[in-house]
Amino acid sequence: MEDKFLMKGNEALAEAAIQAGCRHFFGYPITPQTELAAYMAKRMPQVDGTYLQAESEIAAANMVLGAAGSGVRAMTSSSSPGISLKTEAISYMAACDIPALIVNVQRGGPGLGGIQPSQADYWQATRATGHGDFQILVYAPATIQEMVDLVGVAFDKGDQYRIPAMILADGMLGQMMEPVKLPEAKANKIIDKPWACCGHHNKRPHNILNSLLLSPKELEDLIVQRYKRYDIIKENEQKWDEYLIDDADIVVVAYGASSRISHTAVDMAREKGIKAGLLRPITLWPFPVKAFETLKETAKAFISCEMSMGQMVDDVKLAVECKKPVSFVGRTGGKIPTPNEVLDKIIEVGGCC
Amino acid sequence: MEKVVFKKPHALTDVPFHYCAGCTHGIIHRLVAEVIDELGCEGHTVGVSPVGCAVMNYDYFNCDMIEAPHGRAPAVATGIKRAHPENVVFTYQGDGDLAAIGTAETVHAATRGENITVIFVNNTIYGMTGGQMAPTSLPGQVTQTTPYGRDVNKAGFPVRMCEMLSTLDGVALAQRTSVDTVKNVNDTKKAIRKAFQNQIDGKGFSIIEVLSTCPTNWGMNPIESLEWLRENMIPYYPLGVYKDEKKGARLENE
Repeated sequence: MEDKFLMKGNEALAEAAIQAGCRHFFGYPITPQTELAAYMAKRMPQVDGTYLQAESEIAAANMVLGAAGSGVRAMTSSSSPGISLKTEAISYMAACDIPALIVNVQRGGPGLGGIQPSQADYWQATRATGHGDFQILVYAPATIQEMVDLVGVAFDKGDQYRIPAMILADGMLGQMMEPVKLPEAKANKIIDKPWACCGHHNKRPHNILNSLLLSPKELEDLIVQRYKRYDIIKENEQKWDEYLIDDADIVVVAYGASSRISHTAVDMAREKGIKAGLLRPITLWPFPVKAFETLKETAKAFISCEMSMGQMVDDVKLAVECKKPVSFVGRTGGKIPTPNEVLDKIIEVGGCC
Repeated sequence: MEKVVFKKPHALTDVPFHYCAGCTHGIIHRLVAEVIDELGCEGHTVGVSPVGCAVMNYDYFNCDMIEAPHGRAPAVATGIKRAHPENVVFTYQGDGDLAAIGTAETVHAATRGENITVIFVNNTIYGMTGGQMAPTSLPGQVTQTTPYGRDVNKAGFPVRMCEMLSTLDGVALAQRTSVDTVKNVNDTKKAIRKAFQNQIDGKGFSIIEVLSTCPTNWGMNPIESLEWLRENMIPYYPLGVYKDEKKGARLENE
């Protein structure tokens, strides 16, 4: 299928999930992810799938736990306040090694916050999507095409590593329209899940998906084993994109919507003769530290550009091992930084170099 | 020649129960397992464990088992059932799980007519955490968190789940039973069997509330506990069928 369609981000993401073999969507209304659920309500009956509007985000995420625990590809979507409610089930899914897709079309926070685009859930997504020692895969698309492509990746990698995966989008990506080429339907070619609770059919011992381990030794052993899997993920699954990075003195690090603004700012800086470049993390967990291996030696300074108060700055500092200064530019609360604001920061930092 | 006249149901594993002496969870587990055996559905049954005293029943039932977050068993069961409508899906929940933290999940699974079976064990107390007030604790009942007795003006009134759920169109069967006598044990088994059969027949949400004892946290011996159940719980929670939609609650069956 070579045709491109002009699609809204939320709807394109939903269709991509269906193409990736997802037939079970459990949601709860919240702005600005609304169109995703509405699209699922329209499409799922056409493909013999399940669209279910739950009584709460808590219930929706636990329905995903049940469906995904029984072996099917299942997902839920929400925006920031709703994701907080889903963290209970996400922790349990991580603890039971149940893969599923959670989409966060971020809006301003904390609390009820606002409904304009934001990236203020970076810490939540990468540090604490629930209680306990665990991580989930976090993908941060910058275009609607990339968002569409990452949906299939998130399902595949989640299944491969038995880990929940999140698409961390924002209200801008969810609401805007861009031409997209939809992926080919995979015809539900999904890997076997011998661990799934879907009935033993008198052919195997009963499967149990459980996260209660009263013996500290057993619990620690299980978590340590899981972290060995996380090490493999960190080794194999880091994804990032680079723009004008090879000779860059000033490297702007930005993901999602703010990377598009940073891209423009880098062009503007180059016009002024400043050697600026853009490093765009695509996976936020695992954070693409490999992208910094050479850069932390060759670049003179780094700027983290975000639609938050600078939640990614720490990860950038860790990735450059504090060998070079890391500063921050951004807006929060639903405000979006302008290319000029980012350019001003590049000039300010460049003047110090 | 020896003949087996009584044996453990196949749907129960060999793992010994952890329950306290005189606790009636063991009886109720056995009844559920006997029904699964009789219906021949163990191979395509998935159970959902609660958080509470019965949390570890994933080790006791021989079918596939998923342990849900506290109160979310009906939501987890919904996900399993929607993904595998051919499976028999049941939850097994206590009063704190089903009627406090999980009230929303219970009510909305019921109102959707979710085609699942819910076994609700009501012993008027939080057993696993050591005997705190439950949503079903009786007025005046002494618990760890109502040390002067449940004062309904401060702690609210008990909730009668079967009565409440019987008002919902999605409910096919809502019945309250007890396991304090042989007759009531037999009646409970019949009710559980009907609740499973309803699901197989596609009739929608079925809940069996079983009045149960907690000798440890009530501070009584097992016999006193059964007497306390009869004298105090049954008057407040009358046994009986609160709703029984013969054709089922789901529209396609009408």
